[in-house]
Amino acid sequence: MATAASRGARLGRLERSALTGVLVREAVNYSSYWKSSTFSSTVEPTIYLLAFGFGFGSLVSTIGGYDYVDFVGTGTVATAVLFSSAFPAMFGTFVKYQFQRTYDAILAAPVDTEELVTAEALWIATRAGVYGCVPMLVAMVFGLDPSWGMLAVPFIGWVAGFGWACFGISIAGYAKSFENFNYVVSAVLTPLFLLAGSFFPLDNFPQWAQVLANLNPLHHCVVLVRHAVFGWDGWTDLARLGALAVFGLLVWRIAIHAMTRKLID
Amino acid sequence: MADLAIRLRGVVKRYGSITAVDHLDLDVPEGTCVGLLGPNGAGKSTTMRLLTAQAIADEGELEVLGFRLPEESKQARAQCGVVPQLDNLDTTLTVEQNLLVFAHLYRIGRSERREAIERALKMSKLVDRRDSRVDKLSGGMRRRLLIARALVHRPRLALLDEPTVGLDPQVRQELWALIDALRSQGTTILMSTHYIEEAQRLADTVLIMSHGSAVAAGPPSKLVLEHAGHEVLEVYGPPARLAEVEAEAGAAGMRTRRTGTSISILGVDGANGFTIDGERRPANLEDVFVLLTGEEIA
Repeated sequence: MATAASRGARLGRLERSALTGVLVREAVNYSSYWKSSTFSSTVEPTIYLLAFGFGFGSLVSTIGGYDYVDFVGTGTVATAVLFSSAFPAMFGTFVKYQFQRTYDAILAAPVDTEELVTAEALWIATRAGVYGCVPMLVAMVFGLDPSWGMLAVPFIGWVAGFGWACFGISIAGYAKSFENFNYVVSAVLTPLFLLAGSFFPLDNFPQWAQVLANLNPLHHCVVLVRHAVFGWDGWTDLARLGALAVFGLLVWRIAIHAMTRKLID
Repeated sequence: MADLAIRLRGVVKRYGSITAVDHLDLDVPEGTCVGLLGPNGAGKSTTMRLLTAQAIADEGELEVLGFRLPEESKQARAQCGVVPQLDNLDTTLTVEQNLLVFAHLYRIGRSERREAIERALKMSKLVDRRDSRVDKLSGGMRRRLLIARALVHRPRLALLDEPTVGLDPQVRQELWALIDALRSQGTTILMSTHYIEEAQRLADTVLIMSHGSAVAAGPPSKLVLEHAGHEVLEVYGPPARLAEVEAEAGAAGMRTRRTGTSISILGVDGANGFTIDGERRPANLEDVFVLLTGEEIA
């Protein structure tokens, strides 16, 4: 039996060293695939921006008081955040769990499922915060004026990205196979992504749809980014940020539950 | 009595209607190498997962390095090194990067990290391949890296789940040397295997598992003597002849086992007056294994 001395204090939950260990693994891995990941996270929203910006932009010059390019350039920040958080979380988690068995190796070290999920989400959120700025930067090339509020955009992207990362991890945790993701992408992510207000304002939608849009975290992300760039709207924006935080915390716990079920027999 | 690195009492693990581990008792004294021997499906891998709390027991007591599982599992895991049955290295990373990641996961301080990685590279004879990507390594090298990764923090207890499964004999010998060196340094080892030679060579004591519980435990030589005697008579012949021999030996109160090509009559050294033509050979652990775990594979 170990003596009391060698036993030491019971290790706590969400320990920094455990989170660091998982984050280091992600960072080292990232050094081997950052090119492809940066490419896809940059090119996709840029294509949306160009297609909508110039396609629609030639028909409508302003929308809701914004230049259309400015409108879409800020709107697609949320798209970029979604694409660089929910999707990598869903597929990455599934691959690491099912095919590479990475999580088996990590959980054999002094890391608990809660720490593993949290660190993975933090990592993805950080990436999403950075990649989320790309459409905005591209829009600046096409005439979006710089403003101090833009400095808040990576943070908004980070908060939203954390939630979407946890959402993706949860889906991967509950999914029985890769094919299950199709349902989620078609039935959940695509509608949320189109009805977020990235490409067109939701003002002309019926009242009930506008109420429902408040349940769409991506919508809050879109509005927050626009307000960060063009001017804040006080308490409403704080409420939107609060909504993103609640969404993040909720799916974070769900993701931990889903992965514990999956990883611990 | 030496302290126990692992102590299991009455451990039960069920998956639905299947009982994978069925009231298992297991003692691994510190500084020894214990072999968990059993056919596929005997519950060896589940037992290994229970020891890292990647499976939670339905009943029973589990202690690893003095820590109660599953509550204190994280402390126990900090001092354990696990070599999984299935390769789960990061294949797009280099050898050194894989070790670096686990040096962090096992919380080796910044000042000792470099040295720990060098030691692991040396031990696994991968110094020259430190910059090679894992997907460029041979199967044997990958296994060595998997072991080095588990030992980078110099654990008190090493859990090896089928460490040489699927490898050719040369590579297997290399790994045996590595495990033997580890043992001589005083690391406690629990190793599951279904290779009898592996258990016989490396383990101080062996626990034979069948259908989730222990059917025998002790030093290999003692188990052999106890269950198969000193000598075994090997009788070859066509199937009909073998069935006949089996019946005759059974009638004379002798224990037999099938080998596929012959009938082995166990403990012939102690037999009085039983004669049959065959080849005499020393009894071995395989005789005990087949005798105790059954001849038919479920």
